[in-house]
Amino acid sequence: MVEKTPLLDIFTYVFLMVGIFIVGFPILYSLIAATLPLDVVSQVPMPLIPGDQFFVNMHQAWTRGDLGNQILNSIVMASGITVGKIAISMIGAFSIVYFDYRFRAVAFASVFCTLMLPVEVRILPTYEIAANVLGPLQPVWDFLHIDGLLSWISGHDVEVLLNWSLLDSYQGLILPLVASATCTFLFRQFFLTVPEELCEAAKMDGASPMTFFRKILFPLSKTNIAALVVIEFVYGYNQYLWPLLITTNPKMTTAVIGLQNLIPQADDLPEWNVALGAAVLVMLPPVLVVLFMQRWFVKGLIEKEK
Amino acid sequence: MIKRSFFKSSYLPYLLILPQLIITLTFFYWPALQGLIQSFHLSDPFGMQSRFVWFYNYIELFTDPLYLRSIFITFTFSLMVATVSIFLGLFIATMASRALKAKALVRTMLIWPYAVAPAISGIMWLFLLHPSYGVVALGIKRWLGVEWNPVLNGADAMVMITMAAAWKQISYNFVFFLAGMQAIPKSLIEAAAIDGASPFRRFWTITFPLLSPTFFFLSVMNIIYSFFETFGVIHTVTQGGPGGSTNILVYKVYQDGFVGLNLGSSSAQSVVLMTLIILITFLQFRFVEKKVQYTG
Repeated sequence: MVEKTPLLDIFTYVFLMVGIFIVGFPILYSLIAATLPLDVVSQVPMPLIPGDQFFVNMHQAWTRGDLGNQILNSIVMASGITVGKIAISMIGAFSIVYFDYRFRAVAFASVFCTLMLPVEVRILPTYEIAANVLGPLQPVWDFLHIDGLLSWISGHDVEVLLNWSLLDSYQGLILPLVASATCTFLFRQFFLTVPEELCEAAKMDGASPMTFFRKILFPLSKTNIAALVVIEFVYGYNQYLWPLLITTNPKMTTAVIGLQNLIPQADDLPEWNVALGAAVLVMLPPVLVVLFMQRWFVKGLIEKEK
Repeated sequence: MIKRSFFKSSYLPYLLILPQLIITLTFFYWPALQGLIQSFHLSDPFGMQSRFVWFYNYIELFTDPLYLRSIFITFTFSLMVATVSIFLGLFIATMASRALKAKALVRTMLIWPYAVAPAISGIMWLFLLHPSYGVVALGIKRWLGVEWNPVLNGADAMVMITMAAAWKQISYNFVFFLAGMQAIPKSLIEAAAIDGASPFRRFWTITFPLLSPTFFFLSVMNIIYSFFETFGVIHTVTQGGPGGSTNILVYKVYQDGFVGLNLGSSSAQSVVLMTLIILITFLQFRFVEKKVQYTG
C-alpha cells in the first residue's frame, strides 16, 4: 500500500471477513443441516453445532434421489458439451482465420449471429427439432418422390417417415447446447494474436495446414483450452431448462433437476437435512473443478469479456 | 480480419467450418425460423391445425395484463439482482485488493459460488428464508419486525429469489472488479497519494471512474443472467408464484408453451425475448468498441 493506514487495514480485514461470511454462509449452514437428524433440523433456529447424522442423511439422499446415476448423467452432459464446443469452435475458428475462401465472411457472420443467444429463447421449436432431427428433411424427401421410386423398385407400397429423436438421450442433452459461438469467437480472437511468422515458417518448411494446426496452433492454445474447459464444464453441469424439457425418463435426468424431488413440500416431512445434503453433494463436481483450476478459470473469464 | 499469411485449399476450410454450421443450422437457425413462423400462427394444443393470423398473438400478448406484469416483474427482478450483486462484488473486491497479503486465499474463498447452479442456490436460500424453518426468516421477523412469508406474499417471494440469484453472482462480479482494479497503474494511485488524497478520495476519483467499463460490462452480463439463467431458481423456489408474482418472462414462455400448450403465444413471447437480448448484445458490442479506444 501507499501509506500506512492501520485503522483502515483493520476495517478492511473485518469487512472482508464479513464478506466471506455472507458468501459462505448458505453453504456452511447447508453443511451443518446435512449432519443433523430430522427433529433437530426442524427446530427454529436450527442449532449451529454439527450432528452425527451426516452419513445417514447422505445415504438417504443417495438412494432416494438416485444421485449416483444423475450425477453421472450431469458429468457426461457437461463433458460432452465441453469437448463438443471446444473441438467444433477451434477448427471453425482455424478455418475462418487461416484460410481465404469465398464464403468466409458469410460463414463467420452466420456463426457470429448466434453469439449469446441462449437456448432459453427458442425452447419450443428447438424441442420440436430434438424430437425429430430429420423432420426438416421430410419435405425434401417427399418432394423428390423417393417413396414412389422405392415403391416402383420394390413393387410394394413404401412410405418412409424420417424420424430420429434425441429425447431422453445424451445426444439430446448435449448437441443443442453445443450450438453457440462464444468459443469460436474466443479462438478467433486468440488466433489473430498469434505471430504471422509462425505460419510463414511452417509454410516454408512445407507443412500442410493440418500439420500447422496440430504441431503449432494447438500447443499454443493449451492455456485457452484449459480456461474454456472450466467455464464450459460449469455451464453444462448447471444447465436447467434444457434437461428439464428433453428428459422425461428419470434415469436420464441430471442431478440439478433431480434435486427438485427432494425439496420438502407443504405436506411432507420437513427433511431439509436430506435435501441440503444432496444439494451440497451435487454442487461438488463443478466447485472442485473451479477451485483446482482457478488460475485458468479466472483467465478464461476475463478473456471472455473481450 | 484475416492473417496476412494464410493457406489455400479448395475444400479444407469448408470441411473445418462444416460441423459448426451444421449444428447452428439445425439447432439454432431452423428453430429460430420455426419460432418466428409459429408466432404468426394460431394452432390447437395438439398441433393438428394451424392458421395464419398475422400479428394476433403479439396483439394478444401486449394487451394481456399478465404479460405486461411479467415484463415489469422481470425488469424489477433483474435490476435488483444486478444492483445487489454488483455492489457487493465491488465492495468485496475493494477490500480484497487492499488486503495484499491474503489475496490468493481470499480469492479462493470467494470464487467458488460461481460454480454453484442457480437452482441449488435457490434450494439453499429457500431453506434460509423459509417461513417456518428459515434462520434468516426468523431474523427478519425478530429484528426488523416484518411479517415475513414468501410462500404467501409476492413481495417477500421476490426478495427471496433476488437473494438466491444475486448470491451466486457476487463471485462473478468480484472476479471482474478485482481484475479491473489490478489493471489500474500503481503510479496513478501513488501520485494521488503524494498529492494528499485519502484512500476514500482515491477510490472515488481514480478507481471508480476507471472501473466504469467493467461496470457497464457487468451490468449487461448480470441482466442477461437474471433474464435467462435464473429459470432454475424460479422453478425450484417459487414456480412463478405466489399468484404469478415471480413469473419472469422466461418462466412464462415455459409455462405457456410446455404446460399450457399455447404454442402461438409462447412462440411470440420467445420472439420478444430474442429481440430483447439482441438489443442488449448490440449495446454491449457498441460499448466494447468504445472501450478499446478508452484503454488505448
